[in-house]
Amino acid sequence: MNLEDIKPDVVHDVVGTFCPVPIAETSKVMKSMKIGEVLELIADDPGVVEDIPAWCNATGQEFLGMYQEDGEYHLFVKKVKEL
Amino acid sequence: MNKRAVALLSGGLDSSLAVRLLKDQGVEIKALYFYTGFCITEHKRRLGLKKENGQQYVNPAIRAAAQLQIPIEVVDISQEYFNVILHPKYGYGKNVNPCVDCRILMLKKAKDIMEREGYSFVITGEVLGQRPMSQTREKLKLIEREAGLEGYVVRPLSAKLLPMTVPEKLGWIDREKLLSIKGRSRSRQMELAKKYGLEYEQPAGGCCYLTDENYAIKFKESLAVDGLITREDLVLFSVGRHLRLPSKTKLIVARNEGEAKFLMTLKHRYDYAYRKDGKGTFVLIKGDMPEEEYQLVADIVSRYSKREPCYVILSIKGEQREIWAQPIDNASLDSFKIYTKKGAMR
Repeated sequence: MNLEDIKPDVVHDVVGTFCPVPIAETSKVMKSMKIGEVLELIADDPGVVEDIPAWCNATGQEFLGMYQEDGEYHLFVKKVKEL
Repeated sequence: MNKRAVALLSGGLDSSLAVRLLKDQGVEIKALYFYTGFCITEHKRRLGLKKENGQQYVNPAIRAAAQLQIPIEVVDISQEYFNVILHPKYGYGKNVNPCVDCRILMLKKAKDIMEREGYSFVITGEVLGQRPMSQTREKLKLIEREAGLEGYVVRPLSAKLLPMTVPEKLGWIDREKLLSIKGRSRSRQMELAKKYGLEYEQPAGGCCYLTDENYAIKFKESLAVDGLITREDLVLFSVGRHLRLPSKTKLIVARNEGEAKFLMTLKHRYDYAYRKDGKGTFVLIKGDMPEEEYQLVADIVSRYSKREPCYVILSIKGEQREIWAQPIDNASLDSFKIYTKKGAMR
């Protein structure tokens, strides 16, 4: 899947926060989402590059990919099961 | 149905092993990681610090959960934790670590999640006698009772040395397969880690920096002098050198680029000073500083900016001043340090 083609259902900006806050936020937001919906997380903590895929791996959510732009990371996560 | 539990997972060796032991008994486990606002990983990343090998510091709990293949929920308790750290019912440990109150708060939260989501008990990696403040037999009992979880906290690493819990009595888990580890030595845990192929963070001690002595000194000094501590102060205690001027104004001097960058993000709310040509430190000024201390601050900036005479910019209430400064001498500087070189409080 091409990242440009993804239309996120929810965009959440956590720029300025650092681990573990981005994960806590992701967890909170995704709880309120429906299965099949996609979250775009925007963060500037470079650690999210490892944390979010690891969190997806642990919780069974689908990590779709990410790109970096102007020092910010855009990460896409699809909710595939309840949290 | 009853073989479902929530586990307090810091990502350290003990909590990882505790989870592994019960996972092997077929317990379905969800990990909980509590964000208190005093997380070492967060602190290091905020300052842009990296490991010696150039890699990012990774949150150990997230990594452990991925490794153990269990879901993890990061629970933000930083708001409530702020009250706990200022007014701990059971006091502080050696530094400003309110470990007993902290455990009670975490277990209460775990209980809420357990009940709401249909889990039956709580797992922790506590080891009897490992930590003098919170892991004595008496304290473990107290913590459990205060959290309303009597009999429902399973501590697999020390279980055989502790009273039988409800999940053991009812046969949900097998007590015989649990362990009898005690004390501060971690050799048994390391053996087990090797056996299970578990990777873990070294050194131990979890992700909390309230047990840090330098942090505690700044905390206690501020409480004594300012009589008030804000949430922002709790972050600032972990950054920079702290100096207290005769007027009680506090200076926070960046020790490296990461700290300078972080302190600069607070420029809009505080007065500050820096070497004009940029070849030096950045100093945040907290408090209403009288004019007679302007020169002193400039001299301190000069001392921490390559110890060279230089022009210093002071930004006071939005107004910029340029001051010629000479590095302050060590004896004067020492008198402003919040603790002496021996570490004793002033």
